[in-house]
Amino acid sequence: MMPNLNVSNAVVAVLCAALIMLPVYSAASGNIFILTLFTRIVIFALAAASLNLIMGYGGMMSFGHAAYLGIGGYAVGILAAEGIGSGFIQWPVALIVSALFALVIGALSLRTRGVYFIMITLAFAQMAYYVATSLSRYGADDGLTIYKRSDFAGLINLSNRTQFYYLCLACLFGGIYLIWRIVNSRFGLVVQGVRSNEQRMQAIGFHANRYRLVCFVISGTICGLAGALLANNTDFVSPAGMYWTRSGELMVMVVLGGMGSLFGPVIGAIAFLLLEELLSQFTEYWALIMGPLLLLIVLFARGGIMGLLGRFNRA
Amino acid sequence: MFLVVEQLLNGLQFGLLLFLLAAGLTLVFGIMDFVNLAHGSLYMMGAYFAATFAAWTGSFVLGALLALVATLLLGIALEFVALKHLYGRDHLDQVLATFGLILFFNDAVRLIWGPAGLALPLPAWLTVPVQIIPGVFYPAYRLLIIGVALAVAAGLYVVVMRTRIGMLIRAGASNREMIGALGINIKLLFTLVFGLGAALAGLAGLMQAPILTVQIGMGENILILAFVIIVIGGIGSIRGAFMAAIFVGMIDTLGRAFLPDLLRKVLSGAAASTAAPALSSMLIYLLMAIILVVRPEGLFPAAKR
Amino acid sequence: MTKAYWLAGAMSMVSALALAQPATAADTIKIGFVSTFSGPTAVIGNDMRNSFELALDHLGRKMGGKPVEVIYEDDGQKPDVGKQKTEKLVQSDKVDFIVGYIWSNVLLASLKTAVDSKTFLISANAGPSQLAGELCSPYVFSTSWQNDQTPQAVGTYMNQKGVKSVFLIGPNYAAGKDMLAGVKSTFKGQVVGEEYTVWPSQLDFSAELTKAKNSKAESIFVFYPGAAGVQFLNQYAQAGIKAQIPLYTAFTIDELSLPLQKDNALGVPGAQQWVNDLPNDENKKFVADYRQKYTGLRPTFYGAQSYDAANLINSAVVAVKGDTSKKDEMKAEMEKVNFKSVRGPFKYGNNHIPIQNFYLQDVVKDGEGQLALKTVATIVKDDQDRFHDKCPMK
Repeated sequence: MMPNLNVSNAVVAVLCAALIMLPVYSAASGNIFILTLFTRIVIFALAAASLNLIMGYGGMMSFGHAAYLGIGGYAVGILAAEGIGSGFIQWPVALIVSALFALVIGALSLRTRGVYFIMITLAFAQMAYYVATSLSRYGADDGLTIYKRSDFAGLINLSNRTQFYYLCLACLFGGIYLIWRIVNSRFGLVVQGVRSNEQRMQAIGFHANRYRLVCFVISGTICGLAGALLANNTDFVSPAGMYWTRSGELMVMVVLGGMGSLFGPVIGAIAFLLLEELLSQFTEYWALIMGPLLLLIVLFARGGIMGLLGRFNRA
Repeated sequence: MFLVVEQLLNGLQFGLLLFLLAAGLTLVFGIMDFVNLAHGSLYMMGAYFAATFAAWTGSFVLGALLALVATLLLGIALEFVALKHLYGRDHLDQVLATFGLILFFNDAVRLIWGPAGLALPLPAWLTVPVQIIPGVFYPAYRLLIIGVALAVAAGLYVVVMRTRIGMLIRAGASNREMIGALGINIKLLFTLVFGLGAALAGLAGLMQAPILTVQIGMGENILILAFVIIVIGGIGSIRGAFMAAIFVGMIDTLGRAFLPDLLRKVLSGAAASTAAPALSSMLIYLLMAIILVVRPEGLFPAAKR
Repeated sequence: MTKAYWLAGAMSMVSALALAQPATAADTIKIGFVSTFSGPTAVIGNDMRNSFELALDHLGRKMGGKPVEVIYEDDGQKPDVGKQKTEKLVQSDKVDFIVGYIWSNVLLASLKTAVDSKTFLISANAGPSQLAGELCSPYVFSTSWQNDQTPQAVGTYMNQKGVKSVFLIGPNYAAGKDMLAGVKSTFKGQVVGEEYTVWPSQLDFSAELTKAKNSKAESIFVFYPGAAGVQFLNQYAQAGIKAQIPLYTAFTIDELSLPLQKDNALGVPGAQQWVNDLPNDENKKFVADYRQKYTGLRPTFYGAQSYDAANLINSAVVAVKGDTSKKDEMKAEMEKVNFKSVRGPFKYGNNHIPIQNFYLQDVVKDGEGQLALKTVATIVKDDQDRFHDKCPMK
């Protein structure tokens, strides 16, 4: 696929360059907070991108993606609390547990369609939430403070803000590259085919649910990675981070940026979190603006921000 | 023994209250195919209206009636201004737009009524416990909720099963395109159903208000339960919503009432105390997951598609 | 048209973020204030802010000759948000002090950020046991209490009244568990039952009340802060238990909940380290000026603790004549409690938690015919929390 020189691609290119250069700006201006803020944004962008893989390309509306953020985070937090600080153990465990969870709930949830699928993924995520609130050894409702970030035997120091930011950014770009490869592979085309016409794909001879399930598991695993990053970023995991409203926020990011476009979720995450940060600085009543804004975007800007940029392309 | 009877009544009362909320939701969902997260906000508005009108008129009953009318009008206005443009759109769009409305309503209420919340005091005759069987006293107001909700359920049954409007509603829930093709004024029907749903949500909110406080965000926690109920019951089915609501109310209450003691028999005291509330909350979701795995369209699916 | 708006919006967002970086001026005292200003518990945050602002008015909005700038941040009652806001205050605003924190879990999540950066943190409410014990820090002070202290006082009072058995009900989170543990540590009678409810989503306590009623306990103890306290008292009264089993409370009835609890709260006792009618001059001034400045409102213990926090900070800044780089000297000064607290004199323990009196408060109709809280007696004098031994500071 040869990238065309149009507005949306130009915006994405500028955005990537800006993300890469951000630590330089932060160091030059002495504004440490902008780096902290964008580390968080990049992590959420990765989570949103993982959700976009199943929602935008696979047509599976998961309302329980916050569960993987929590599972990835708790894997890191619990191992750290038990004295296992090595990232070479923590991170693979986070990925494997997320993948297994996705495998189990995916196998059950994919029996349903449409709004029932939304609700069953929600149900499983809420169960994970309540399990977390009952972990009295690991802080229960109050959450678990992580006193030492994952240790990678001197390869990379996660407590260094710049290094950690670049690690998150590398994970984001890696995740997006992976999604791009999946979407354009034969496997990805089947999944997208199932979304638009399931019966036809079944008739051609593809076992639709098996493809969907694999896609679901990959998405959950990527989101688990985002969870491990997030736990290291906040030095803290808590059940509150897996409540259904967090899943809703991830959905908002995906749709705001543009569902089914590769960089849409990244733009959505940036827009949503920056808007929240800035509006809350302006006024306590930020939701009074944010709420109708969401409504307007849904009513008048289908395809999200990427969709809007796409209109420039034709202009 | 008395303990069990009282806890069963608690469960029934909670279940019936959930039914009031779920009935409107399932109608709107079933007929317009519209996911309305702002249903919880209408529940909240019902409570705020009731508290305000009751304070103005000095009468709980009058305040409640006025609030019912106000929520009905608010629902119709909301449908007319914003939501009717979302019919026929993707569920996801509807979820997002109405999620936005939740944010808006919460902050609008904070701006108008302040963050402190309101009280809706009961008249004296409702604050006393009533002896229902010898030795068992039950709060009069909770009995009133049971009565009102049962009356509403019966009324809905009559309207849906015995009237022309009800026939259209049933037809709409099972095949939306068809009633349009029959030349029925769908727009009016939709507006009516939405208003009815809003009024039911407002009724649930104002009935709940004297037990809880009237506060911002009161709709969010209970909204998810209402969704669970309509999914378990089968979307669009009033009967399903009724059965599922009582089921969920019972499980929630009885779980909280008896699970901790059961757990203490197997776990240490401290661990059981922490785990029990979480586990009893989880039961409802577990139930929903099991039902959806076994019957992916809910227990009493209205639509045969 | 819309495109232009979008681009303009995006541009202004980015530039606003760049501009939001304030210059670090050494000639102002910067204080960050983290509390809850949105959602149902925003009333508490507002009361804390009102009281803090009143204290600044009383100080002429200057400390040690320098103007004071306060940056208020909303934690939304969520630990992760509180932690982010604390990070912002430390890294972006570079504040000298951080004050506030209603919730134990928000404070615990935010603590590491503040302590690692050696920024003074004054908890104006939350008092989890870890803060008094193993997580105590030279940079952390409290103007409130350790969670267990207030319920311990309630337990002591119940002993004084000769209560033989109790049924405990509380929310299932850090402070809730601390509270019930606190009562149990001093109450000498029998604990018949102990129920935890899902926090903050569970608002219907019918199952728990029915159990309490059927347990034949002589008394019920609850801890429900904020709106949950209103709900609990409503349901307790409606179930007709009020006439049968007396209720004892901690942090369940205050000036914010009282207008909603109304007569349901009459005669229900609680314990507190500050009550609005404490007869010292500072308190009289605080309460009178608060009621004058914020018409229709009455200050709560949350506010009193915030008012004290402002004065504690002022004492430290005055001692170093506004040079906030002298952290050791400020710490030493704050340990002396060199200001007049609205609760009357108190001392700091080794863990920077107050050693103070706890009073019995009751709900009565005051001279204006309104419900008000009234000091009835002193339950314990100079009470120190039971975790200070675990604090490594000496």
